[in-house]
Amino acid sequence: MNGATSLAQRMLAKPWIWAYIAAAMVWLASVVITGGSAAPGLLTAALTFGSFFTLVAIGQMFVITLGPGNVDLSIPGTMVLAATVAIKTMDGDAAMIPVGLALALLVGIAVGFFNFALIRLLRIPPIIATLSSSFIILSVAIVWNRGLRIKPPEILGDFPSADVLGFPIIALLVIGLAVIMHVMLTRTIYGRSVTAIGQNPRAARLSGVNVERVRLTAYVACALFASLAGFLLASFSGGAALNMGDPYLLTSIAVVVIGGTSVAGGFGNVPGLWGAALFLFLLAAMLNTLGFGEGVRQVLTGVIVIVVIVVASFRRAPD
Amino acid sequence: MEPRVLRALMPALSLAVILAAIFYLRPNTVSYFGLNLLLNLAVPLSLATLAQMFIITVNDLDLSIGAYVGLTAGIGATLLQDTPVLGVAALIGCVVAYGALGALIHWRRLPSIVVTLGMSFVWLGLAVILLPTPGGTAPEWLRSLMTMKPELIPFPIIALVVVAGIAHVGLMWSPYGAVLRGVGGNARAVQRAGWSLLKAKVTMYALAGLAGALAGLALLGLSGAADARFALPYTLLSIAGVILGGGEFVGGRVSPIGAVIGAATLLLAGSLLTFLKLPPDWQIGAQGAILIIVLALRVLVDRGGRRR
Repeated sequence: MNGATSLAQRMLAKPWIWAYIAAAMVWLASVVITGGSAAPGLLTAALTFGSFFTLVAIGQMFVITLGPGNVDLSIPGTMVLAATVAIKTMDGDAAMIPVGLALALLVGIAVGFFNFALIRLLRIPPIIATLSSSFIILSVAIVWNRGLRIKPPEILGDFPSADVLGFPIIALLVIGLAVIMHVMLTRTIYGRSVTAIGQNPRAARLSGVNVERVRLTAYVACALFASLAGFLLASFSGGAALNMGDPYLLTSIAVVVIGGTSVAGGFGNVPGLWGAALFLFLLAAMLNTLGFGEGVRQVLTGVIVIVVIVVASFRRAPD
Repeated sequence: MEPRVLRALMPALSLAVILAAIFYLRPNTVSYFGLNLLLNLAVPLSLATLAQMFIITVNDLDLSIGAYVGLTAGIGATLLQDTPVLGVAALIGCVVAYGALGALIHWRRLPSIVVTLGMSFVWLGLAVILLPTPGGTAPEWLRSLMTMKPELIPFPIIALVVVAGIAHVGLMWSPYGAVLRGVGGNARAVQRAGWSLLKAKVTMYALAGLAGALAGLALLGLSGAADARFALPYTLLSIAGVILGGGEFVGGRVSPIGAVIGAATLLLAGSLLTFLKLPPDWQIGAQGAILIIVLALRVLVDRGGRRR
């Protein structure tokens, strides 16, 4: 009994647990509302869409953990450009998939380097640097795209919705990636360096961390994950659209913070990303099911996000 | 020239360069009506930028200001037009809500980015409930105020100078303004000196709410009708305007006059690109490039200063 309470207490002290509790509550509420009929389908959809949110948020989490002011606002632009380049290159031909994927990832790497060059060489604050670069990236995507609507190769279009025993493959991949990135953040020198820089860049530098290289890697990784998400999303939704990345700007930040990562940096958290991604998707789905109009849905989403943050703040260790 | 002076002049210089380029490309803009057309949308944008600046002064960031401006414009176009008393009450309620957010953020030490992110959904949702489709009507007095044609000097210029002046005197010259900026510089020191941090945060958030509401009304007066989403770009533009105007994200280092100039620069950069007959596909990218160039120039000036 005693052991059980202390386990419960230890679980509740985890910063990521609230995202999962919130997700579970919303899921239960949806199941009750629909009389249980939507339960399995809802989970599959949540896992599929949650994969895109989580994939993008992993990169954003590393950037935000670098410390105050670090955030990547170019994620939507990167997604669109990577998807546009890949879809246009593949032109519906399955044999070109590796080339398309490689080009998409190259776009991500290039964007990451460009962002960091603005931040490091021109000393532009990251928020403004990534905002400006997103304008340029979006322009390139517009010019490249020219309003063409090319379908992805069929086999690729089927991939994100494919499943193993009812479990979406894409969710398995992103869960695997999250595990790797969790180990990376908590157990490797690189991950510890990211955290150290977020807590005190000067102390990190003095203790021998190559601060600039670590920051560069985080921005490149963030853009890389965004480009992969763009590639997969375009495959999933039947082509690249110029507005496909828009919801991911604010959602990526919301997922990171609801997942228990500190916005002030220095404390990253991977497990919470999945919880928060599932929570946000299930919340949107539930409000849809309830048949509210768009306005009421938006208001409730905002209020619930704030309530989760406030409730979680009471569980924070007093300092 | 002293680098510090040069740095302080950078926002004005950037604006002058862009303005000069516009005058060169389109000589007919050097007229009463030309300037009026060129600058009238700078009035709401600079008010929104000031709102953002108030929040940035206390080291926070507001990701909801665009949605909020849309909501207040929506209130102006519906409630304020149909039942003025209710409209005024709703607008006051919005400002009070902003102040309460400041209190909540201070009390629970919440990250402002997330709270305002959540609020952006709330404001947008309320605006959509109020105005499901674009429409409504601007009150007649608001319309005639914003389209006023005073003699000699075009109205937008007067409005921008007045707005920048009031904010500058309040925040940079008044004793309490120094305390407010001190909260961004060193909150603990301000608290030890006996000032209430809660009061300071509530003041700054309420001021942001007030400036945001005025931005909504100004935008409504210019456009004649409202749309729940038409001010959403203001969120990112206002942040860029504060930084272009010489403000910094932390430390309470802000400049109200700079913020207004920054907002006007952003707006005119857009006009300049149109006059340059740049293909529309590249316009948004060129706007990003202008932002980068202006900020990079500032770094050059700073480096020159450090070398001495």
